[in-house]
Amino acid sequence: MHTEITVRVDGAPRRLTVDTRTTLLDALRERLGVTSPKKGCDHGQCGACTVLSGGKRVLSCLTLAVTQDGARVTTAEGLAAEDTAPDERGPVDGDGRSPDDTDRHLHPVQRAFIDRDAFQCGYCTPGQVVSAVGMLREFARGWPSAVTEGGREPRLDHAEIAERMSGNLCRCAAYVNIVPAIQQAAAEAGTEVAG
Amino acid sequence: MRPFDYRSPADPAEAVRTVAGDPTAVFLGGGTNLVDHLKLGVVAPRLVVGVAGLLSTEVEELDSGTLRIGAGVSNSELAADPRVRERFPVLSQALLSGASGQLRNMATTGGNPLQRTRCVYFQDVTTPCNKRRPGSGCSALGGWTRNHAILGASEQCVAVHPSDMAVAMTALDAEVRVLGPDGERTVPFGALHRLPGDTPERDTVLGHGELITAIDLPALPIARRSAYRKVRDRASYAFALVSVAAAVEVRDGVITDARIAFGGVAHVPWRARRAEDVLRGSEVSDRRYRAAADAELADARPLDGLDGGNGFKIPLLRRTLAATLRDLVREGAR
Repeated sequence: MHTEITVRVDGAPRRLTVDTRTTLLDALRERLGVTSPKKGCDHGQCGACTVLSGGKRVLSCLTLAVTQDGARVTTAEGLAAEDTAPDERGPVDGDGRSPDDTDRHLHPVQRAFIDRDAFQCGYCTPGQVVSAVGMLREFARGWPSAVTEGGREPRLDHAEIAERMSGNLCRCAAYVNIVPAIQQAAAEAGTEVAG
Repeated sequence: MRPFDYRSPADPAEAVRTVAGDPTAVFLGGGTNLVDHLKLGVVAPRLVVGVAGLLSTEVEELDSGTLRIGAGVSNSELAADPRVRERFPVLSQALLSGASGQLRNMATTGGNPLQRTRCVYFQDVTTPCNKRRPGSGCSALGGWTRNHAILGASEQCVAVHPSDMAVAMTALDAEVRVLGPDGERTVPFGALHRLPGDTPERDTVLGHGELITAIDLPALPIARRSAYRKVRDRASYAFALVSVAAAVEVRDGVITDARIAFGGVAHVPWRARRAEDVLRGSEVSDRRYRAAADAELADARPLDGLDGGNGFKIPLLRRTLAATLRDLVREGAR
């Protein structure tokens, strides 16, 4: 019960044959060596495995890899380069990664997490960062949340961020700095941020 | 996880034929519940048929004013649709009260109503469960019952339906469009789910191979003044202990019409017609709101349990209905 799929991971097309039971998370980590998405609960409850698929934040632990044939997947490792045109990217080696990956500039959300000391052990952080990037896109589209006042345009205050990020758990409880980090990144991108 | 074949057919008709032809086959939509169940061993299909890419992702307005929601529309897209937010706020609020941002991006309109109960015994394959293995017994009876049903349960099963969206859809008289091996049919949303009775393994009236292709929301002016209120153990990302979907029409201090449904209390999203009957023609008052809840809860049967049982749901639901109606009436008066 094996199927061949091609997934564009962090900008590079990757072809592989997977057992149909393989989740996207396991395919990324165990088959492709992309270890930034983390396996926390493996049941869709913690958000550590969050990636973007087609630009939207999803849980890779509850996604079968076979459903991602042809999909464009972005992990925390690929966030910074995502907006860069393909011909501006550096050379790609056999693993599909640029040799200068570690030197590459950080995404503004990643930079903000460092600036604001928004993590302790760091295990949930790649999922938090990817989730925040997806969340800010949803906010920019005007999507409401459960705490958005009826009919009003949402404002990016503490309650909105906490609600929109509730799918990402942090055992170190670094939430107190995660919210300001996301506010910083949003403000840098020109979003009006409320206290 | 048991091995399975995976197929992604060309269109919904082929998907239906494929599943109908194999008694162990299942449809895979967003996967947020099914993939977890594959891991847990709650289900062990030999064939998984992906349908997420085959179903409409559009919310279409028909000439009649009905909103036709493609079964492939994600929960987050539907919650954000301006027409839904304006005309059916209860639906947008119900969707946004469920799961997390990531899960709402994955979950589909067709799959959400078909998610299974979050009863811990159903999900734990080491314990007896009549829903998972008919005839094996119910571990919830005399066990942990905090999250279980107070209405419509049976000796075989006391599980509750977990969907928030379904509670709103039930209150709104939505209609489910279904494609099956014998063609298309329409099922009133309020008749989609079934009480457990002696066959708790069946959650809905859909037959094997039947696929939800769309959900229709007929125009319903009363729904412009509607709301969803959900009570749970934490402020976000948790299932309901109880929830209320409500829409009211108020004229000169009198409730002239109402639509009410409850979540977290039964094997089905519970349409509260007795409560609606009490409210219609009632003056606007907390006393009447409580009377409406009491009328609906007259047949409630709370469960004992190791955790103190679920009798708390009766006063909690009474207060939640009253609070929901109070806010809706006040909102309309502004």
